Amino acid sequence: MTKQQANWSPYDNNGGSCVAIAGADYCVIAADTRMSTGYNILTRECSKITKLADKCMMASSGFQADVKALQKLLAARHLIYQHQHNKQMSCPAMAQLLSNTLYYKRFFPYYSFNVLGGLDSEGKGCVYTYDAVGSYERVGYSSQGSGSTLIMPFLDNQLKSPSPLLLPAQDAVTPLSESEAVDLVKTVFASATERDIYTGDKLEIVVVNAEGIRSEYMDLRKD
Amino acid sequence: MFRNQYDTDVTTWSPAGRLFQVEYAMEAVKQGSAAIGLRSKTHVILACVNKASSELSSHQKKIFKVDDHIGVAIAGLTADGRVLSRYMRNECINYNFTYESPLPVGRLVVQLADKAQVCTQRSWKRPYGVGLLVAGLDESGAHLYYNCPSGNYFEYQAFAIGSRSQAAKTYLERRFENFMGSSREDLIKDALISVRETLQGEKLKSSICTVAVVGVGEAFHILDQETVQQLIDSFELVREDEPPAPEAGDAVADQSEASAPVAEEGAAPMDI
Repeated sequence: MTKQQANWSPYDNNGGSCVAIAGADYCVIAADTRMSTGYNILTRECSKITKLADKCMMASSGFQADVKALQKLLAARHLIYQHQHNKQMSCPAMAQLLSNTLYYKRFFPYYSFNVLGGLDSEGKGCVYTYDAVGSYERVGYSSQGSGSTLIMPFLDNQLKSPSPLLLPAQDAVTPLSESEAVDLVKTVFASATERDIYTGDKLEIVVVNAEGIRSEYMDLRKD
Repeated sequence: MFRNQYDTDVTTWSPAGRLFQVEYAMEAVKQGSAAIGLRSKTHVILACVNKASSELSSHQKKIFKVDDHIGVAIAGLTADGRVLSRYMRNECINYNFTYESPLPVGRLVVQLADKAQVCTQRSWKRPYGVGLLVAGLDESGAHLYYNCPSGNYFEYQAFAIGSRSQAAKTYLERRFENFMGSSREDLIKDALISVRETLQGEKLKSSICTVAVVGVGEAFHILDQETVQQLIDSFELVREDEPPAPEAGDAVADQSEASAPVAEEGAAPMDI
């Protein structure tokens, strides 16, 4: 008598990669726009980035149905917060809320790999990186999704402190300028697109700074 | 209204077929400070009088944003009003979550009315002691509703509730036929004049009144004090008991309404 296996899974992986980099007074959040299932492409124009608050963006890869549900939930919670506090949620506050929301479903998780990016209460760039059940940490840069294994080592190489012999290694806020960070993101995605089949089509870049939020797009390989 | 043997419970009918507790709850609304609402085809304005209990305290919040397209002004027990506003906000958020579209105002007021009705038919509850003027926009246009503690609701072109609201209602009755086609500015002006009517001679200034607007292309928001004061000044709504000062001579707005004392209201139609 062999153990019964499930013949159906509630989850699916829609692929894609996300990246976020924090600067001194800006934050860059980027994700590709390809949505796939198995070896098929569902659409080339699906955004993985959403605005949660004035200075807080979230990019999520994984199962897009769970991602969408999570985005809606956080948006509703933010509205309630605004009604009660008469102001927008700060990025650190939203970070904690996301963590709690994810852990709430610890035993039937959101299949969503998130990166939160924005400005903290002092106007400095901040990036928070999560696993599927809400474990999170504030970092200077992060990537999630199918291309993260290709992207993360490259970001470490570029953004982590020069000498690995210098302990503790700091990956806090990068000294790069905003345009340099955007160029880095474009380079990183172009490379990831080459080798990761789930990443490609188009790159959506969102930059959050004191002036507000601006979006940029770049074409990626479509194969 | 006087005490009788049928008014102890909300669940007791009087021989004349009245529920006295419900009627007493409506009295509570009349005790609260005035709230006024009026609407045109595209905009709804809410205005209310803010009376602080003493100079040292802040005044109570009487206008609440419920959603981008709905706001509410209350009169009566403000604590009950706060609780109902929270309920309304929740309903809007939940509806939006499920249907990805704004909750139609007409639906919201029905839910509110049903909630109020429950309190008139449970022996362990009491009716909400607050009247709500619900202002909102939906696909069918701009709406103003009044929800009362009895669980009834009505749609209005313009209405006033709370203490001395009759003075405002008299003014509104004279003017309401023009409201449908009014511009946003004229509507606000009429709202401010209505508020002034309830003040019985006290000077109208932005520190004692709050104004909120919702309209096509304009999310519900409360106007800040400076804006309101500028509007009061520009409409020259401030009453002058002495003869008008010389520098007021170059102002365009009507002098007549600025100098007419309160006692004459209702006597001569003011051409505003």
